Amino acid sequence: MDVIRRGIVLAAAAMLVPSYAGAQGSDTVKVGLILPLTGPFASTGRQIEAAARLYMAQNGTTVAGKKVELIVKDDTGTPDITKRIAQEMVNDKVAVLAGFGLTPLALAVAPIATQAKVPEVVMAAGSSMITEASPFIVRTSFTVAQSAAPMAEWATKNGIRKVVTIVTDFAPGIDAEKAFSEPFVKAGGKVDNVRVPLRNPDFAPFLQRAADEKPDALFVFVPSGVGAQLMKQYAERGLDKSGVRLIGPGDMTDDDILNDMGDVAMGVITTQFYSAAHPSPENKAYVDSFKKANKGMRPNFMSVGGYDGMHLIYEALKKTNGSTDGEKLVDAMKSMSWTSPRGPISIDPATRDIVQNIYVRKVERVGGELYNVEFATIPNVKDPVKAAAAKK
Amino acid sequence: MLTILFDGVAYGMLLFVLAVGLSVTLGLMNFVNLAHGAFAMAGGYVTVLLMSRFGVPFLACLPLAFLAAALLGAVLERTLYRRLYDRPHLDHVLFSIGLVFMAVAAIDYAMGSQQQNIRLPSWLSGRLDVMGVGIGRYRAFLIATCGVLVVVLQLALSRTRFGVRLRAAVDDRRVARGLGIPVDRVFAVTFAVGSGLAGLGGALGAEILGLDPTFPLKFMIYFLIVVTVGGTAGLVGPFVAALVLGIADVAGKYYVPSLGAFVIYTLMIAILLVRPQGLFARVR
Amino acid sequence: MAGHGDDAPRGRDEAIVAARFARAHRVRRAEIAFWLAAFATLLVLPRQALIGNEIAIIALFALSLDLILGYAGIVSLGHAAFFGLGAYAAGLFARHVNADPLLGLGVGAAAAGVLGLATSALVLRGADLTRLMVTLGVALLLSEVANRAAAITGGADGLQGIVMAPLFGRFAFDLTGRTAFAYSLTVTFLLFLLARRIVHSPFGASLRAIRDNRLRAAAIGVPVTRRLVAIYTIAATYAGVAGALLAQTTQFVSLDVLAFDRSADVLLMLVIGGAGWLYGGPVGALVFKVAQEVFSGLTPQYWHFWIGLALVVLVLVGRDRISALARDAVAALADLRGTRAARGGGSRSVPP
Repeated sequence: MDVIRRGIVLAAAAMLVPSYAGAQGSDTVKVGLILPLTGPFASTGRQIEAAARLYMAQNGTTVAGKKVELIVKDDTGTPDITKRIAQEMVNDKVAVLAGFGLTPLALAVAPIATQAKVPEVVMAAGSSMITEASPFIVRTSFTVAQSAAPMAEWATKNGIRKVVTIVTDFAPGIDAEKAFSEPFVKAGGKVDNVRVPLRNPDFAPFLQRAADEKPDALFVFVPSGVGAQLMKQYAERGLDKSGVRLIGPGDMTDDDILNDMGDVAMGVITTQFYSAAHPSPENKAYVDSFKKANKGMRPNFMSVGGYDGMHLIYEALKKTNGSTDGEKLVDAMKSMSWTSPRGPISIDPATRDIVQNIYVRKVERVGGELYNVEFATIPNVKDPVKAAAAKK
Repeated sequence: MLTILFDGVAYGMLLFVLAVGLSVTLGLMNFVNLAHGAFAMAGGYVTVLLMSRFGVPFLACLPLAFLAAALLGAVLERTLYRRLYDRPHLDHVLFSIGLVFMAVAAIDYAMGSQQQNIRLPSWLSGRLDVMGVGIGRYRAFLIATCGVLVVVLQLALSRTRFGVRLRAAVDDRRVARGLGIPVDRVFAVTFAVGSGLAGLGGALGAEILGLDPTFPLKFMIYFLIVVTVGGTAGLVGPFVAALVLGIADVAGKYYVPSLGAFVIYTLMIAILLVRPQGLFARVR
Repeated sequence: MAGHGDDAPRGRDEAIVAARFARAHRVRRAEIAFWLAAFATLLVLPRQALIGNEIAIIALFALSLDLILGYAGIVSLGHAAFFGLGAYAAGLFARHVNADPLLGLGVGAAAAGVLGLATSALVLRGADLTRLMVTLGVALLLSEVANRAAAITGGADGLQGIVMAPLFGRFAFDLTGRTAFAYSLTVTFLLFLLARRIVHSPFGASLRAIRDNRLRAAAIGVPVTRRLVAIYTIAATYAGVAGALLAQTTQFVSLDVLAFDRSADVLLMLVIGGAGWLYGGPVGALVFKVAQEVFSGLTPQYWHFWIGLALVVLVLVGRDRISALARDAVAALADLRGTRAARGGGSRSVPP
């Protein structure tokens, strides 16, 4: 009986559960940042939060006469929790939802964004169809297909004829596989596709299988953070010595952990939209201030998604003169363009997705540390999946 | 494919080293220790720390990992585990799950949640070509080391006085006590050694299995399978079970990648259906 | 003393047993208060509707585990298998066949029930460890299936595109979550009443006999296997309903519903609340969820540390001792109040 009474008291105590009621009044704009801060994808969350806070520190917290309040919540990478947090935020009058470290997290929130008419700024997730899930989704990160497609061209030009693709079995991985395979096959190459599960991946048997086919190159896509494991297995199978090159989108040479990978990663060629070694004055300033504010942590490609996402929100608020009407904000976001630390970027008004340069890079040692050094640029790449669909 | 067989054997022997402590603990103290994986994780992280912060060479880290985990096991056994020997199994399960949660969160806090990398010495990386079959050097090293361990353990069990006492205590605790065998001390030493072996396994396995804070949860099921299928009466059972498991897992993922981990789970359920006491259990 | 063929003593025995069952089954005031308070939160705390919905669902899930753990002594580490199957079944049904919530509930329950019946054979044999392994194995297997069959389940991306029809054609599942909360709470309450009926019946008594000593129960003629299969299937069905509720109220299903974490968490909740008195599940779920919210606000990533510590302490101190302590405290309080009223004041030493 005592326990039941305890239960009732606790139910009342549930009123003390933290809510999102921050500073009241219509002169505060609440931005809800939902990120995986714990769990296997915590590095994504960490990088984006750091970048978002850096932007706010550099540009102040007042935009168009309103005070911007950043509310950061951890969804631990679980879609159920992302959905609930988003729902609670919307009920608490949050004006913009942002973050979303993985595709399922962004997709889970899409119906809420549509129903509540709140913009959803995707700063990390990378599969092409996300922006189609809701007319309120705007992306500042990338699509994996965008990063992967130029690799097909580069590979063909550099004498690679036979490729085995190894990708993680979820939407971005499948996007990468298709975005690479289709143009590569069209240009006369041969491709064999292998998929590895997202949870508990074990690369050894898959790499062995791939090696047995004796391809010219392995095209690999795995989420950031898992790349090191794969590279080790690649070296252990002796694949680097037997002339099988390792290519793919830059997720596997993530700046966050690249330096720790050691010599195994040297010479790996990847295509992506951001490298910490990108030689532009904006990037140099960005990397320096990021490192200073975060105990020497190097920014990676996820962080620019956060940095540019905040820029997008700020500029949109300026354009709408501080109005937090969802439709107006999204309209303001479309067709914006600016110079980001990664290079020139813009938002495609037709798809609300990001258009950016893709660079071909090689892992080299610069000043004692490993970096992705860019040596070729493919300008203004749109997401190929949606572009192909639009042509039909 | 001989390489696959080889890989499977290496994986299996690693599993054995990791799980043997659990098997003996279960058989001896009838304690379901789901936190066994946490000791393995401890050994792994000790190795990572020693190598990256203090530059200790890899080989030297292995005995240190063993000692660290053994020490941890000894302390925990004396202070906590000891009180729960006569409790129902549910209490064991809950207690050890609680310990695992604490260990996972503590490591996450102290070391971060990303995968840890070990830089192997160059003579352990890469491949050997033996009669046309490609063999990973590290896996060869694993097989050699684990093989030696198995032999040492078996000798210790069958030829030393401690081994005799241990086997007696496993057979019948009360009678052993009655014969004057210091059962409490046998428990303590066994638990410590078992945990130490787990730590060693964690250090050895970091390269192959990966090392992150969720290690105990991810691999708990494998250890439990080895112990359940192999039984707790001696070393042969778990050894064979671990080998079968290792080979089945690797071969399954190679030949039928779409099935992946199905193979082991189904195999385990099937074996347990037919022989609920495990493959090699003796009749009590 | 031979009572052969004598109706009077047997009739008296039956009357005694019937009275005992009736007494156990009688509704206590505290129970009414508990459920009234639960339903009151619908009106009083509208902003907590989303959390309330979650609590109601996992309370039902914990209740289902209590049926096999507290009342039949089966230790399961894979109960999430039924929860997850119910969720996916209901989600897929809503997406591809019919979006009516009550029909979907039935589908989820049926699917989980069938799985429960099929796997009940596995939990009958072997020692505790074997049962643990087998239940864990089934859950992991199901998790792998869901992972692989991504074309059907959505795999790691989750099952998208579930849009529920309004309940009874009138109450839509909206963003505030009030319909969802009311729906889940009502279903949980009704199923709780049913469980209560089952438990305070001769069937329930036979279960407790099996839990306490299987051999002896078999010796006095209790059909052990049939009872265990029955309760396991019922528990599976309950868990399936909980999973279906989750799928319907959040309109989304992720692989997480089958994860080991779910099975472990529900076991924890039940232990916190106390297994074997039917309220352990709901109370444990409430305490667990509220504590999780509070702790997540303070230290988001290290919630598991505190819950682990709580568990370790709980086990070391002794689960029985905690509830015995609580019972003694209540008795002392009641005693004190009673005597004070009778004597009109004055202190009295409380018996230990």
